[in-house]
Amino acid sequence: MNNRKPPKDPKGQPPRKPRGPALNAEIQGVIGQQLRRMHDEVLKEGIPDRFAELLKRLDERDQ
Amino acid sequence: MSSKTSIREEMLAAVPKLRAFAISLSGNVDRADDLVQETLLKALANIDSFEPGTNMPAWLFTILRNLFRSEYRKRKREVEDSDGSYAESLTSPPEQMSKLELQEFRVALAKLPEEQREALILVGASGFSYEETAKICGCAVGTIKSRVNRARTHLAEILSIDSADDLGPDTSIRAIVVNNRR
Repeated sequence: MNNRKPPKDPKGQPPRKPRGPALNAEIQGVIGQQLRRMHDEVLKEGIPDRFAELLKRLDERDQ
Repeated sequence: MSSKTSIREEMLAAVPKLRAFAISLSGNVDRADDLVQETLLKALANIDSFEPGTNMPAWLFTILRNLFRSEYRKRKREVEDSDGSYAESLTSPPEQMSKLELQEFRVALAKLPEEQREALILVGASGFSYEETAKICGCAVGTIKSRVNRARTHLAEILSIDSADDLGPDTSIRAIVVNNRR
């Protein structure tokens, strides 16, 4: 399997930063990026049929 | 269109975000979907307590979180996979490298204390403000800020501690965390 980053990834090797007591902005940025990617993967699945069907049934029941 | 119908459409539109949150809480896609369904039914049963024009997603998230805490915690404890093996059951379509990174990240996230994890997800992924998140979780804004900070620090530690495993030497999080610690 390909172990390298895809070329479109602009990050490359991270620059060295002096160690600080707080998380640096770079780590926070990467964590935020991963969180959003994880989230987006679920969003890409859209709305599963069961939910659309559930609300449709409720709509029909009311009419 | 009746207002009932438009409220239901608003609910339906919130389903993907609710699922993403429920998956991160319950650690299981099927259980997450059950949780979302219960949330929708409960919301509809209590629709009178929703003020039209206010934040529908935040209202639904609050219901989902409370349902999870009251009904699902015990069940979750019974079947907890603290090693994060649930993450391995989640499929992700993108290219190999990012899949690996994301999986590693999910496993790390699963190791966070629940209150830190939910705060981090709500702010960092679901897109709620600290104020909205505080309302959803029923606590002070300062508490949420501190949970999010601890969650980030904790995650960075976990990802760094795990850096000796066999997932490969150059995922970006690990590289940054390790460099930061030198």
